[in-house]
Amino acid sequence: MNFNRHPWALHALLLAVAIVFPFVSNSAFVINFGVLALFYAFIGQSWNIAGGFAGQLSFGHVAFFGVGAYASTIVQIRFGINPWWGLPASALAGAAAGCLIGVISFRAGLKGSYFALITLAFAEVFRIVANSVDITGGGLGMLIPMKQTAANFQFGDRRVFYFIILVLTVISVAVALWLKASRFGARLAAIRENEDAARALGINVFVEKIKIMTISGAIAGAGGCFFAQYFLYIDPTIVFGVDKSVEMLLVSMIGGAGTVYGPLIGAVLLAVVSELTRSMFSFQGLSLVIYGTLLVIIIAFLPNGLIELFKRKKRKESGRLTSASSSKEGDA
Amino acid sequence: MDLTIIGAAVINGVLMGGIYTLVASGLTLIYGVLHIINFAHGSLLMVAMFGVFFLVTKLGMDPYLSLIVTIPTMFALGYVMYRYLIGKLSYGKDENILLITLGLSIVIENLALMFFKGDSRTISMSYSDKMFEVGPLLVGLPKVISFVAAMIMCALLGIFMSRTDTGRAIRAVAKERMGARLVGIDVDKVFAISFGLGMATLGAAASLLMPIFYISPTTGHVFVMVAFTVVVLGGMGSFLGAVVGGLIVGLTESFGGLYLGESLGQIGISLIFILILLFRPSGLFGDKR
Repeated sequence: MNFNRHPWALHALLLAVAIVFPFVSNSAFVINFGVLALFYAFIGQSWNIAGGFAGQLSFGHVAFFGVGAYASTIVQIRFGINPWWGLPASALAGAAAGCLIGVISFRAGLKGSYFALITLAFAEVFRIVANSVDITGGGLGMLIPMKQTAANFQFGDRRVFYFIILVLTVISVAVALWLKASRFGARLAAIRENEDAARALGINVFVEKIKIMTISGAIAGAGGCFFAQYFLYIDPTIVFGVDKSVEMLLVSMIGGAGTVYGPLIGAVLLAVVSELTRSMFSFQGLSLVIYGTLLVIIIAFLPNGLIELFKRKKRKESGRLTSASSSKEGDA
Repeated sequence: MDLTIIGAAVINGVLMGGIYTLVASGLTLIYGVLHIINFAHGSLLMVAMFGVFFLVTKLGMDPYLSLIVTIPTMFALGYVMYRYLIGKLSYGKDENILLITLGLSIVIENLALMFFKGDSRTISMSYSDKMFEVGPLLVGLPKVISFVAAMIMCALLGIFMSRTDTGRAIRAVAKERMGARLVGIDVDKVFAISFGLGMATLGAAASLLMPIFYISPTTGHVFVMVAFTVVVLGGMGSFLGAVVGGLIVGLTESFGGLYLGESLGQIGISLIFILILLFRPSGLFGDKR
């Protein structure tokens, strides 16, 4: 099957594999692995949408994730609102945070490394606030009481979680596909490649960047809600810590930033590496050593991520071999 | 509020500021010349501190004497690292450098975690708990030493940059890369030397910090954000800025803790960082661009 000519066949195949996966084995290990991989893919896609498609390198994406996690948990625990409403609430809160941080940073004209640093600082501010005020439970964090009913967003069968995160991931992939195909996505690509040139072409750079930060924030926020409901516990260090930001960035950069399926490849790899190292060695941290090394190698030799390995052959065949660094488009 | 408490907060803030200056001066040098943000700064400090820790515990060396080991070793490490890793792999894009140094810091930190586990270690010397009395206040001797050393180091770096040929070459490259190359300066070498110098100051910082601070694989985290704040606040590339920035950050932290409490008090540093980036990205003493 030539996926180049039939892109929909690829989407269908991947979706079919993802749907069949939890029925291959119902062991907790397998399901947990699937949930983890899809979760990484989902939050990685959130980073990818801002960092990859629009080139807005964020080091503090966890801010939106954490805001989402706290939004759903707070409305559930403090106000007794059904956690199913927590999901849209989280997306909304994440979107608001993305919009706010975007407006503040882009108004001041921050880009590149400066944008990366200020997002890092914002995440830190959020962490400190969550650590210090009462409504978040401070440093103790918040425990969501165990009550396994579907109405309560808790399921005895972990496969339900799998399908929820699958649906979310499919939505995020759809957003990425839309960015690939739409004029909005093209404007973002122009901003990513050369902001001044994009402005000269009449693109309202400020507005477009705010839009994409809002969308990306919404996705990360929803990811935060899922995380809280899956693990039933959040605290400021977990949901506002720099580690999650780094995970999102790594998944996307290693798989292929600015591509539709890059974060999925990165996420599956991260899940495989972390499960393998956990079961084979007792070392803490080995998986991240491997992952950090991969990041350096990727930037040095495969600037478009691992997905390039799948695409390269295709390019050669179709006779339009382009330099790896100058082209970020692709159809995988 | 009681004057003694305020006095203690001032002294504590100033002394902590000296430590931050120490850590940030290498970062500002690297930024000022190479215009790159070295995200691995904190983890490399951690590596140097582990080096000092083992020199002290295994060889029985005095931490202050370990300066003669840490400074040249870190210089060499930085030189090699830039020449053969960071400079080579970044293709001159500063976002790439940011990501490569991030990758390095992840690798270094987690390697440390594998070998040393997450425990905190400290060393204790005969003078660790030595105190001065300044009026009604008590001041720790090691903190004073590191403060004085930070000031001397910044002064030396300033003199080095303005008086020596290498220093002039570094400044020339910082100002005008192409022009420097045209007058015969080996730009790549100057980059590597600058990175090495930045690392050497980090080595010095490690030796001076070890008597006061604990060391664990995540010690770097404590300093990364603070060091960036000092550098941005003072103006990237300015040593005077690093001193003033360090003091302001130290005092902010100290008074934040006093008035806002232990937890919320940390917010001051991040807020300064954000406000400076938003309203005066060139910092207090930086060149306006």
